[in-house]
Amino acid sequence: MKAKDIIKNGLIKENPTWVLVLGMCPTLATTTSAVNGMSMGLATTFVLLMSNIVISLLKSVIPDKVRIPAFIVVIATFVTIVQLVMQGFLPALYETLGLFIPLIVVNCIVLGRAEAFASKNNIWHSALDGLFMGLGFTWALTLVGMVREILGTGSVFGWKFIGEADGMLLFILPPGGFICLGLLMALVRYIQNKKTSKA
Amino acid sequence: MKPLSISGSPHVHSDESTKKIMWRVNLALVPMLLVGIAYFGLNALLISLVSVACCCLFQWLIEKFIMKVPTTLWDGSAIVTGLLLAFNVPATASMIWIVAIGALVAIGIGKMSFGGLGKNPFNPALVGRVFLLISFPVQMTTWPTVGKWFPMSLDTTTGATPLGVIKEGLMNGQKLSDIMASNDMPSLLNIFLGHIGGSFGEVCALAIIIGAIYLLCRKVITWHIPVSFILTAAIFSGILWLVNPEKFVDPLTTILTGGLLLGACFMATDMVTSPMSKWGQLLFGFGCGLLTIIIRNWGAYPEGVSFAILLMNAVTPLINRYIKPKRFAK
Amino acid sequence: MAKKAKSSLLNMFLSLTVIAVVAAGLLALVKVVTEEPIENAQKAKTEEAIKAVLPEFAKTDTLTVNGYMCHKAFNDAGELVGVAVESFSDKGFGGRLKVMYGFDMAGTIVGYSILETAETPGLGAKADTWFQNGGKGCVVGKNPGESKLTVKKDGGEVDAISGSTITSRAFCGALDEAYKAYKVVVEQ
Repeated sequence: MKAKDIIKNGLIKENPTWVLVLGMCPTLATTTSAVNGMSMGLATTFVLLMSNIVISLLKSVIPDKVRIPAFIVVIATFVTIVQLVMQGFLPALYETLGLFIPLIVVNCIVLGRAEAFASKNNIWHSALDGLFMGLGFTWALTLVGMVREILGTGSVFGWKFIGEADGMLLFILPPGGFICLGLLMALVRYIQNKKTSKA
Repeated sequence: MKPLSISGSPHVHSDESTKKIMWRVNLALVPMLLVGIAYFGLNALLISLVSVACCCLFQWLIEKFIMKVPTTLWDGSAIVTGLLLAFNVPATASMIWIVAIGALVAIGIGKMSFGGLGKNPFNPALVGRVFLLISFPVQMTTWPTVGKWFPMSLDTTTGATPLGVIKEGLMNGQKLSDIMASNDMPSLLNIFLGHIGGSFGEVCALAIIIGAIYLLCRKVITWHIPVSFILTAAIFSGILWLVNPEKFVDPLTTILTGGLLLGACFMATDMVTSPMSKWGQLLFGFGCGLLTIIIRNWGAYPEGVSFAILLMNAVTPLINRYIKPKRFAK
Repeated sequence: MAKKAKSSLLNMFLSLTVIAVVAAGLLALVKVVTEEPIENAQKAKTEEAIKAVLPEFAKTDTLTVNGYMCHKAFNDAGELVGVAVESFSDKGFGGRLKVMYGFDMAGTIVGYSILETAETPGLGAKADTWFQNGGKGCVVGKNPGESKLTVKKDGGEVDAISGSTITSRAFCGALDEAYKAYKVVVEQ
């Protein structure tokens, strides 16, 4: 397998959000603004990268029958590290994302990549896969967050461009998350389909 | 020519084309439009025009450029959606542009994203309305008061709807009899004639009843949904009223205020989004009535008709599955 | 591909134990490193909130009155200059609305800051600026002992947030509670 394919898979071809449709809970819950979405994405990226590396390292010593508990322990460890570090050094961010950080443990992407990729590939490829799956997740979350922020509050990355007026509130409320994700997913698939039919 | 044509529900076998039905609905909506313009003037007229124009425009654009199918603009359904959406917003100046967003959501998300007329699970006008209500809560709950006839000014004084007054008073711990007696509360006659604050199509019970009778005579709608909707709401609210008249509104006020009549006659009866069988329609109306009263009394919003109808729209496929229309041979 | 460890009882037991122990050790290490910053961050948050709602002060002293946390603020000379009260109301639209109000010695509101809110974004959540100086429903500089600080619909002087009377009521209710606690603190 080529490194280039792994990168492409993570970012576009097997993008966790648009194509695999995994980890929808944080995708919907934390994307109320671009910054929140991006931070959640980056936190997940870190966990993915580290857990993929460690699981790839340990793949030959973990017996098959206990691999899931072993993976979860590894993942939970890194998630807790992220949580503690964020709480200590980025308290403002922790305030908004705090509730969802522990949920990274049960994010299907992390366990999914551990099971489907890291437990079968070497460290270098696993690390690359973790990093770019994470970045694929990050750009998707940032995009959803950005669109919701623009429509919902009339600002981009916290910079307000419509003055005093309010945005369309629905988009920063939970139902707006579903509608926005659905529309964006349709758009991304449409573009992808066009590309494949041309090729 | 295709040998077989496949279309979505309603599979109505009669000389009634969709086109005819929709234009009759449009005609039935005219009395409400006229009353709205009489009470709220230029604002009501502009909102209706913008709403209808935008619904038609978005429908045409989506069919032409995204779906790439021949346009179905002339079946008049986009105009029905546009009018109903306009009827469900307050006639204030700020709504003139907001209603355009509502039209985009109603047509784009509520109707065309499911494949167009006949395939939409939810009433498009209500999708647009609820979207606006949640997105622009301040503008959507700023009601113009009714003043002189045919007001031409865009600026309006604002007041509350009867249901809003009641909810507000009850939240404050006032007794219902005191609220009903206060000056903020219009008389029943004024409520019947529509001389009250509210969305401009829903205020006048008289105009709605005229439109509904026309539709019933023309057999565009059947009596099942409106009657079971209104009766359920009346009986349920009547029971509550008898239990505690200081906390719950009497049945007559319940029916005449808010969007209950408009919803029961024109939006719950939408052929596409309501059950096909008679018993199914009765059940549908019962659910709408029950939910409306529950939301009005125990929900955060003073009015619950739109939410109730949308929720029942969602269970319509289920009702259709379990209560099937009788087969002809049986 | 490397040879996989067999799923024998011993192997399973050993591998899980080792992984768990290493994970626990790693977490303990991180915990030790981050313990202080976390505590500091939490302290800084409270302190910043007090600073935002009170006049200049040198040190604070915390006590509990009527179930609310009250922070007495003293100047360099050790005189009491104001009290910050962490008050709350459960009548907010989204549940509990927790606000810190600062009063000077005359009972005038110096400032407030929202500590915890579940109000609707764009509506009730506007409370963080709405009642501040320059906001439409400004309560800063007013004295609850002299003016009736409830929303106008209830006969008070405060302009409610448009579309969010419930949040505004909760805010005024919490303010009332805070003022009562402040009175108790001052009289002590």
